[in-house]
Amino acid sequence: MSKISSFRVNLLSKNGLKSKVLFKNIKNNRLSKFIKPSSRVISRQRRQFDNFMKVLIFLSFIIVSIPLVSIIYIVVANGLTQITPYFLTHTMKGVMGGFSPFGGILHALVGTILITLGAMVISIPIGILTAIYLVEYAKGNKLSSIVNTLVDIMSGVPSIVAGLFAYSLFALFFGPTAVFGISGSLALSVLMIPTIIRSTQEMLNLVPNQLREASYGLGVSKFRTIIKVVLPTAFSGIVTGVLLSIARVIGETAPLLLTAGSIDSLNLNLFSGRMMSLPVYIYNEYSQGLAVCTNNIFGADCLSDIRMQRAWSAALVLFIFIIILNLVGTTIKKRILKKRGK
Amino acid sequence: MSKIGIFNWHRLFKTDKFYLLVCASSLFVLIILFAITVFLLFSAMPALESSQTGLLGISWYKSSEANNILDFCLPLVFSTILSSLLALVIALPVSIGVALFITFYAPPKLAAIASWVIDILASIPSIVYGLWGIFVLCPFLNVFTGNLISSPPRVLFTLSIVLAVMIIPIITSIIRDIYTGTPHLDIEAAYGLGATKWEMIRLSVLPYGAQGAMSAAMLGLGRALGETMAVLIILSPGRSYSFNIFGVSSHQTIAGNIAAQFPEANSLGVSLLTVTGLVLFIITFLVNWAAKKIAKSGVANV
Amino acid sequence: MGQRIDVEHLDVFYGKFMAVENVSMTINPNQVTAFIGPSGCGKSTFLRTINRMHEMTDKATVKGSILLEGRNLYSSEIDPVQVRREVGMVFQRPNPFPTMSIRQNVLAGIKLNNKSLTKAQADEIVETSLKGANLFNEVKDRLDSAAIGMSGGQQQRLCIARAIAMKPSVLLMDEPCSALDPISTLAVEDLIYELSSNYTIVIVTHNMQQASRVSQRTAFFNISDVGKPGRLIEMDQTTKIFSNPSNQQTENYISGKFG
Repeated sequence: MSKISSFRVNLLSKNGLKSKVLFKNIKNNRLSKFIKPSSRVISRQRRQFDNFMKVLIFLSFIIVSIPLVSIIYIVVANGLTQITPYFLTHTMKGVMGGFSPFGGILHALVGTILITLGAMVISIPIGILTAIYLVEYAKGNKLSSIVNTLVDIMSGVPSIVAGLFAYSLFALFFGPTAVFGISGSLALSVLMIPTIIRSTQEMLNLVPNQLREASYGLGVSKFRTIIKVVLPTAFSGIVTGVLLSIARVIGETAPLLLTAGSIDSLNLNLFSGRMMSLPVYIYNEYSQGLAVCTNNIFGADCLSDIRMQRAWSAALVLFIFIIILNLVGTTIKKRILKKRGK
Repeated sequence: MSKIGIFNWHRLFKTDKFYLLVCASSLFVLIILFAITVFLLFSAMPALESSQTGLLGISWYKSSEANNILDFCLPLVFSTILSSLLALVIALPVSIGVALFITFYAPPKLAAIASWVIDILASIPSIVYGLWGIFVLCPFLNVFTGNLISSPPRVLFTLSIVLAVMIIPIITSIIRDIYTGTPHLDIEAAYGLGATKWEMIRLSVLPYGAQGAMSAAMLGLGRALGETMAVLIILSPGRSYSFNIFGVSSHQTIAGNIAAQFPEANSLGVSLLTVTGLVLFIITFLVNWAAKKIAKSGVANV
Repeated sequence: MGQRIDVEHLDVFYGKFMAVENVSMTINPNQVTAFIGPSGCGKSTFLRTINRMHEMTDKATVKGSILLEGRNLYSSEIDPVQVRREVGMVFQRPNPFPTMSIRQNVLAGIKLNNKSLTKAQADEIVETSLKGANLFNEVKDRLDSAAIGMSGGQQQRLCIARAIAMKPSVLLMDEPCSALDPISTLAVEDLIYELSSNYTIVIVTHNMQQASRVSQRTAFFNISDVGKPGRLIEMDQTTKIFSNPSNQQTENYISGKFG
């Protein structure tokens, strides 16, 4: 106690009465542990420690930058080798080992787009409608708190478990060989729905209540108010949320490995047969390792590391997709938050 | 008001089809989660009901030398939790550091760059993290570990570093939001007493954000537990309860095991993998639930 | 033309909490009626029950009846959405639709209700409504520009134009000038006075001078204590309320002893 009170006297003489009031704001008077009561100026020791922590905190930023820089470097440096119009417009059909023709990612690109579109068709309506229910109709009632909890649980479902779920659902109806694109879409939508619900909720909450009141006051029904006033106002925000949720699932590998499988040719039908996707393509190429070029009976060009080159190039394509989705999404979102003054 | 139970029947019957629609979609969310549980249980049933001799028909179950399903699952659970906890131990201090950097230390432009770094890290697909781990991190670590451990070091330690990099953005962005909201009065009070910047943070910011940081850490942990591709690529699998994080072929996580065995599995094998998937589901559920609880108690205290 | 409103034994509840107790009053057609009283006395809550707005935003319920030219607004066959088309409302803060132009804002009520208009009809409604709100001359050259680019006072008059475009018989105004500067307030007050020849106007105000300037009749609401329901204390000619009120509470309030 005496320590604290002498400290207080010290401060009073230095900073006047104000500090005495402010002092009470510090919980438990923990400051006395740090600031020696007798110190009139910041001691050398304290300053050194302050600088030390400053260095540590700057260092932490550098630490997280290292993986990012090295990831971007390795993906771009290795990926650029194979990105050609040929690579983007050909499948892996008929490609043998490390021999030319080297094949491409067309089937994986198309597969990723189709599977993601399928997931969007399932999850966007459910996500947005559920968010509308939670924000516009059911604030604080029992069903909404149940649904809110479920959305939390759902957003914690590991992606591999979502894959197992989609697989076992289709296996039950179509047998154990049921590996379809749509099954992958279902797995991805389990991951997408909670993020779409949360982001849409956030955006609907940003719509000022005044606008709803203005509309109701004009004798507009609740349905029309939501469709014509609330949704248009929140539109760009909702689109942002959808974009970000696509960015989140488009790189998912594990669930697609279990559900959509892998194949080396183009499949345009979500409802029949295996379907390649970019992430699975990357893993597939990686896991096959080096090609054997010694026994060159074809007399064609042969690259023993062609599979890794394809993997990196596919990774670069995927990466570009995701970065674009993210940049567009976050830019719009930042603009909206700025406009709403939050 | 004709409110019966949790529905507003009055409104339901009064031809408000849109209300019906949004209500139905909310129920659909409920149904999906219910379906996930039911189908996983359904699919897990054959393995749970199968005898040890039946299970021995699965080649990788046989080679695991497990006595029963529990015996099979537990080493996986152990490795899953060990690798994720280690990742969290690495990630949490760095995340707090970056969050502090963005909110209190960096000049605005650098803070924007740091936020951007976090955003991009969050969006890198796990397969790319896996490739980075095996082609960049492993050789890099090899320089230090040399022949002391295996080369390349496809061990739990390497995996945990990759997992840490993956969860840092999740934890950082949550903590950053909380730190930004530190009451100005607290900050000014500390400065008013002559505290240095770090002392201000130690006194005002860290206590204010403690619960939020815990909750964020839990969410990050939940994410690390379910990670598949990085494990599949980096870890050379094994089964043990070893704390030797540099030991080769001594660990395998639940998710990694599912992805590794699934392509070769027969129907009983898939069923057994589903059992482990359910275990993973339960673990992540508990962790996320804890995160929510902590976050809630934090709100109550503030 | 304005319509007469009779309120009979109206109680308003928020959940189980009674916010307003046993209000009975008659609001004359083609007149301005002002509601005054201290904060929390339930005057705004009561105002919202006159077009059933409270149902959309609050968890409020009502007992008793409100008759608009003899029709009970709370009888089961009345559609609350229809009520709001007949009884328009102007809010505390100007709330034009930010995504719409001035012209679209005036037509918002009609368009949102999905009625189709020919261009000539629409032009006529826009012109008469804006003229009715004393705004036409100020904005006639920029009808297609965004409504949020206008001043606060203009925005509030636009909201009034938007309300009268629905051709209501009653206009409710919930502290319409509280967010405006003195000059804009004057413009809106002038408008309220002019509108009273065609509409029944009910205005809630914190500003007693405003009540005395614009209204013909004034109702004073009060609460006996925090947590107690608000009650109608006295309603009479505005001149009488402000010169010679019959109730002591009213006297205390208007003389500035509390509130």
